[in-house]
Amino acid sequence: MEKLKSSASTQKHEELVIELTGVNKWYGDFQALVDINMSVKRSERVVVCGPSGSGKSTMIRCINRLEVHQRGKIVVDSIELTDNLKNIEAIRSEVGMVFQSFNLFPHMSVIDNLILAPMLVRKMPKKNAEELAMQYLERVQIPEQAFKYPGQLSGGQQQRVAIARSLCMQPKIMLFDEPTSALDPEMIKEVLDVMIELAEDGMTMIVVTHEMGFAKTVADTMVFMDAGEIVETAAPDKFFTTPDNPRTQLFLSQILTH
Amino acid sequence: MVDIQSKRTPPPVAERVPVIRWVRDNFFSSAWNTLLTILIVLILFKALPSFFEWGVLNAIWGAQDHTSCRSEGAGACWAVIAEKHRPMLFGLFPYNEHWRLIVALIIFVSVVCITLSRRFWNLKILAPLWITNLGICSLLMWGGLFGLEYVDTQQWGGLPLTMVLFTGTVVFGMPIAVLLALGRRSHMPGIKAICITFIECMRGVPLITILFVAVNVFPLFLPQGLEFDVMVRVMVGMAIFFACYQAEVIRGGLQAITRGQYEAAEALGLGYWQMMVRIILPQALRVCLPGIVNHIIAAFKNTSYVLIIGLFDILSATTAVMQDPLWRLFTIEAYLFVALIYFIFCFALSKYSQNVERWLDEGRR
Amino acid sequence: MAEQAHPPKTNRSILHSIAFRNIAYQLLLAAALIFLGWYLYYNINENLDRQNIATGWSFLNEPAGFDISESIIPFDSSQTFARIFAAGVLNTLHVAFVGIFLATLLGVTMGIARVSRNWLVSRLASAYVEICRNVPVVLHVIFWSSIIRLLPHPRQALEPFNGAFISNRGLMLPFPVDNALYPWLAFALILGIGGALIFARWARYRREHTGQYISVFWPSTSIIFGLPLVVWALGGAPLAWDYPELKGFNYQGGISLSPEYIALLIGITVYTGAFIAEIVRSGIESIHRGQIEASRALGLRHSFIMRYITIPQALRVIVPPTASQYLSLTKNSSLGVLIGYPDLVNIGNTSLNQTGQAVEAIAIMMLVYLSISLTISIFMNFYNKLVAIRER
Repeated sequence: MEKLKSSASTQKHEELVIELTGVNKWYGDFQALVDINMSVKRSERVVVCGPSGSGKSTMIRCINRLEVHQRGKIVVDSIELTDNLKNIEAIRSEVGMVFQSFNLFPHMSVIDNLILAPMLVRKMPKKNAEELAMQYLERVQIPEQAFKYPGQLSGGQQQRVAIARSLCMQPKIMLFDEPTSALDPEMIKEVLDVMIELAEDGMTMIVVTHEMGFAKTVADTMVFMDAGEIVETAAPDKFFTTPDNPRTQLFLSQILTH
Repeated sequence: MVDIQSKRTPPPVAERVPVIRWVRDNFFSSAWNTLLTILIVLILFKALPSFFEWGVLNAIWGAQDHTSCRSEGAGACWAVIAEKHRPMLFGLFPYNEHWRLIVALIIFVSVVCITLSRRFWNLKILAPLWITNLGICSLLMWGGLFGLEYVDTQQWGGLPLTMVLFTGTVVFGMPIAVLLALGRRSHMPGIKAICITFIECMRGVPLITILFVAVNVFPLFLPQGLEFDVMVRVMVGMAIFFACYQAEVIRGGLQAITRGQYEAAEALGLGYWQMMVRIILPQALRVCLPGIVNHIIAAFKNTSYVLIIGLFDILSATTAVMQDPLWRLFTIEAYLFVALIYFIFCFALSKYSQNVERWLDEGRR
Repeated sequence: MAEQAHPPKTNRSILHSIAFRNIAYQLLLAAALIFLGWYLYYNINENLDRQNIATGWSFLNEPAGFDISESIIPFDSSQTFARIFAAGVLNTLHVAFVGIFLATLLGVTMGIARVSRNWLVSRLASAYVEICRNVPVVLHVIFWSSIIRLLPHPRQALEPFNGAFISNRGLMLPFPVDNALYPWLAFALILGIGGALIFARWARYRREHTGQYISVFWPSTSIIFGLPLVVWALGGAPLAWDYPELKGFNYQGGISLSPEYIALLIGITVYTGAFIAEIVRSGIESIHRGQIEASRALGLRHSFIMRYITIPQALRVIVPPTASQYLSLTKNSSLGVLIGYPDLVNIGNTSLNQTGQAVEAIAIMMLVYLSISLTISIFMNFYNKLVAIRER
């Protein structure tokens, strides 16, 4: 897979869209996030990897307040993420999320799934929302499924609908929480292709995944997490060939050999 | 090559003839079963003929004088139903206006059947349908307009009163149940505690005490001069009782919805009520629909409790009517008739509930 | 591209803070409830004053002034309201306990019958369940009360077996004459049960250490019943029964069960039994066939499969809903007020009419039922924790 042109050669924005400073989170006595510091620039593609239980999902779920961090500061698009409802609402409309288990609404058709949030949150009239939805359905290449129900689609199709649903809110940032882990192998490619195309269009993305082929193609920055800490952050070239930290080396040796 | 067909032989007679196989499997499959079958057949042989004689052969049908029911060798007196069915079914409602009740009943039952059918599960259809339904039925029962004679709620009775109490209980009770269930699952400890206390208190006391409160205690809580019709008070009491049981069922349904649905809705930016109304409740109510229908059936049966406080639903009206000294001996037949009415309604609803369960299982696969 | 200075977009207002809003909502609700409570209290005091109705609990110490038709503790109209309420509670518990016992027997039998392979048996059981479930319990109780009222007068009472008489004044049964031996028999029974438990323990110990299986059923039964039998024989085998005899208009002697008691008992037992039958049926059907097949493949015999595989799992499914059916039966015993059985609600209702103190009377009734239901809930939670299948 040829390497995507990195943001360096496209219009590069130095502005930071996500900043995590000193973020810590505990579940009771167990510390899930240990002093996380990370920043993401506009149109940057960040891939987060690590063993299970390392806190990767917890970290990105803190960004749109699905989890609450107890210490530290998270700033998204110049808005600080606090207890304040208005801040949370503003951040959630700029940040889209794609889940491992798709989480489509089973009692609504595909197109209803897509137009619900634009109508209710962005107060869009129904007609406009439907046009927008069909546009994105075409982008994920399943416009003919618009009136089917999620239960009637394959896993790959459902995940693409989920991506389209998040895109309908026209977010500035997309978070992917292991988007292909629940898919049968033959459907992984169709979802990754959609994500690659999104990246080419300049979307800021944070992707938690085990798909290292995808990472090598798309990522601007690789982040390795283990036991709640960020162990190493590097460009993919350096990350995959000469990682600094022995824990990174151990992890790569485990997942790249089989 | 060996001809495989030639190895197959026809089965023994007992297997081959379906009837014999069925009889053998179902009646005589083991020593114990054979014994049971013989015992039951013997008992039925002794008991059924006398029931048949009493209920059918020697029974007095048709509107006849009570004296023929008391004559020697008379069986069941079904004539009591022919004689008394008007006051039993319609209570104290004016005799000439009974046609209004019959029309209202037909309309109401038809609308209920339409509501149960999945094809019409759309708020845009159901809401205006029910508003019209309730409007027409209220008009027919109260009268006062369009030349219909006015009938006070004190004179409502029998089957229509049962239906009115039942409808009021369900219509007022369901929204309360949803709110209680949501409050029960709230993250705010104060609201959760209040809802739990309320639900458990209501569920721990018999319906009779709640009706006593509605009739005796509730008027004491109102400032002087403010009064509510006893029927309305009873309906509110029964609605709250119904809501507390229903809230537990709905809570089970809410628990069955995966966290992912809540998270997806939140991630899209939906607010609490938008999420609940559009995403969570439609799914939760579908999941616990069999439990909901069971409690609705119970609410129908519970309308019979108003016998204790003097409202004349169908059971109470029957009891009052059978005080007639001429027909007092034949109370059993009258009660069997009332039991049949309850049975038809509740059995139909429970079969519907089983259907719903089957449909839900199919959809889940 | 030069960085643009963005104006701060973070909202700092406390009004939108989630924590603030949560506290605010709860405080508002509490304030509304307190206000409502005060308003109702004020109204009720005004109304009671205006109607000259006494308030307070002192009426409990005053003589009741009315009699009740049956009671476990001796009672007459000169005794206090407190005592009559106690009599009512005892009557309620009496009919509830007997009802629970009978309904369980009936329900379990019918539940097992419903899953029988015998077509007649299962259809008859289904008919019973469907008919009794779909008719309100009020109608059940009134129906049986009407039947009993139509029974013949005591002089023409039916006699199903020697010494038992059924009439419209109730059921009379012979009862053993009071004898000094009986407390000893009760003691022997308790010893017998203890002995059987010890024997079962020892048998299990034996099996775990030596592999030898000792059947527990027959020895335990003979210990439990045999010990009192031996004591009875040793005590001279007293056989005197008190038979009911017709004296005047009714029977004297033996024990009598009033028609109200019987009607209420039959009504609530038959009704609740149908629900328990359904619960038992769903419990039996919840065991996967695969488990029975695996047990049989392992060579376990039928009684072991029942004891170690089927019954423990079925009980997990059956016990919680059955407990709530027991509670429902106890609450349904309040229907005594309809047919004249002096249960708690009946007595409360009469007291309410006599003294006018509706609030206190109803409060007593509700408190008693709430305590019963809370007790059952606590036991249920305890049971659930005890048998919960641990999952990952």
